[in-house]
Amino acid sequence: MRTVFKTTYDADINLFRHGAQAFWYLSLLALMIVLPFILSDFAIGEMTNVLIWAIAGMGLMILVGQTGQASLGHAAFLAVGCYANVLLQEKLGLPFILSFPLAGVIAGLSGVALAIPTSKLHGIYLAIGTLAVSILVDDLIVIAEPLTGGINGLYAPTIDIFGIQFDRYGTPVRFYGLILFVTVLVVLAYRNILRSPLGRSFAAVRDSEISAQAMGVNVARTKAVAFGISTAITGLAGALMGHFSGIFNNETFTIIISIQMLLMIVIGGLGSIHGAFFGAVVIALLPQAIARVRDGVGALTGTSIAIPGMESAVFGAILILFILFEPMGIYGRWLKIRTYFELFPFYRRDMFRRQRSYLKTERMR
Amino acid sequence: MSLLEVENVTLKFGGVTAVNNVSFSVEEGEVFALVGPNGAGKSTLFNLVSRFYDPVAGDIRFAGESILNKAPHEIARLGIARTFQNIELFEQATVLQNLLVGRHRHRRGNLFSETLFTPFVRREERRHREAVEKVIDFLDLQPYREKYIAGLPYGVRKVVEMGRALAIEPRLLLLDEPASGLSVEETQDVAYWVEDIKTQMGVTVLMVEHDMHLVSAVSDRVMALADGKMLAIGTAQEVQNHPKVIEAYIGVADENERVVA
Ligand SMILES: Nc1ncnc2c1ncn2[C@@H]1O[C@H](COP(=O)(O)OP(=O)(O)OP(=O)(O)O)[C@@H](O)[C@H]1O
Ligand SMILES: [Mg+2]
Repeated sequence: MRTVFKTTYDADINLFRHGAQAFWYLSLLALMIVLPFILSDFAIGEMTNVLIWAIAGMGLMILVGQTGQASLGHAAFLAVGCYANVLLQEKLGLPFILSFPLAGVIAGLSGVALAIPTSKLHGIYLAIGTLAVSILVDDLIVIAEPLTGGINGLYAPTIDIFGIQFDRYGTPVRFYGLILFVTVLVVLAYRNILRSPLGRSFAAVRDSEISAQAMGVNVARTKAVAFGISTAITGLAGALMGHFSGIFNNETFTIIISIQMLLMIVIGGLGSIHGAFFGAVVIALLPQAIARVRDGVGALTGTSIAIPGMESAVFGAILILFILFEPMGIYGRWLKIRTYFELFPFYRRDMFRRQRSYLKTERMR
Repeated sequence: MSLLEVENVTLKFGGVTAVNNVSFSVEEGEVFALVGPNGAGKSTLFNLVSRFYDPVAGDIRFAGESILNKAPHEIARLGIARTFQNIELFEQATVLQNLLVGRHRHRRGNLFSETLFTPFVRREERRHREAVEKVIDFLDLQPYREKYIAGLPYGVRKVVEMGRALAIEPRLLLLDEPASGLSVEETQDVAYWVEDIKTQMGVTVLMVEHDMHLVSAVSDRVMALADGKMLAIGTAQEVQNHPKVIEAYIGVADENERVVA
């Protein structure tokens, strides 16, 4: 087991808690940079997809995991970011390097606009309110056909940054590199928010609005800021999704995607950056895994099976299993496994069990 | 001029008059205790000062200025901190993080500087940490710094909540039953802390407490309340012996007996 001996306050303020942690994360980053030169184009595409989902997951995680506000409408902000990015390029002729951050800003501002009327809603009511937004945006895309192309959709142009092309099929390694760069920036921003007063005010609102107020936290404003940051990041992911899939329409961002995003971060592990990544791996690779298994079973039995809705069913089943057996998600499971090896052979079964706290009335007896 | 002035304040919940035309003032530097049977309206008075409720009549002034036009989150910025009777901590955060939230009113960074974690934000974080460490030393919370609230025993939570209020660096500290549910030793600690908060930190304390030993040990003045009405005000001794106070407590005892019988 590692004992971290802290000698300055900076040990708790720094990005990494100790040198070994920095080493592992930087090694992981190095691996992520090297991998595309080894892997097939198909595998690079899959990894790119995972990273884009991870960005979207981090966006939603800030709102749900950090601030405790439910949202079933985040596909709408993927859509806002995606359409804004492409329309700014196509209609206004802006370069990607401007349209991309602007798409994030527009998605963020629309998130703030949603947060203002919903700041008094909690739990299931907030979920329903945001769900309505998801449906509304779906319809708006169809209605605003002259701009959005309606159900025929839009094509995303090839990304061009100062004459260098980033195309999913033409230059997959470069495209992956761009996405990895954005991912790292979002992770850094997320970490910075978590270790500063803003992140703590999010946690305060999540755990007790009443005492957050007593500490001087403006709850309505904090929620609006959380919505803004969350939807801005989600908007960026949406913009990247547009370029990744090449063509998109209202169906690309349906309510199902909103629900999947929420499931993704719950399965990954609420309240951590790791959770967003673990969840993204599951959501992005599950369709592939199911297809493999189906083909395998088909070859074995000599039949071809195609069950409609299979993906959703498997996804739902995984979610139920997690809620029953590992409510802390994949990240929670990972922490336990790591602790097991760190402490080997002294791990106790109840190590992660919540200690019971006693109420006043119980103590008085 | 008194630090806190409550003037003819009334608050009704439907048919119940929880606070009925109550007036009192707390002087800078004193420990002022509120006592009274259950349901007397003590916590409701705290919630009025915290601006969680709007009084139907009367005025509340802090340092000479009415606070009735302030929002609840602006109260901490004025220098009024509080604890809650039923502990309201941030459960999914560590003790350290809880105390650091208390520093929120001293926040000088903004969304952009914090997202970039500029050197200024780092210096601010060190400053906040230093202030919080003083509180940790004062309340002997060192063993719990990195512990999550969700796993802490009741007694420690009570202390953490007091620490979080102190991290605000308030002028006025409202403590709602700081010793309820604590052991004799823990209550003794609370008595010392309240004394030090007054004498060393120079913080004015307004405290609700049922434990009359604690009240008479630490408070300069005591006000007794029952059914939302002020009964008596004075030293602990005077209030305890006041005929109206004795009547109010015996009245309650009678009711309890009737319930039992
Ligand atoms: N939010 C509320 N809605 C309705 N009635 C309330 C509310 N809060 C308090 N009351 C009522 O107001 C009265 C005063 O309650 P309060 O909590 O202030 O009592 P207290 O003096 O703090 O008592 P205790 O010693 O039990 O904490 C009680 O009759 C209570 O039932
Ligand atoms: Mg009370």
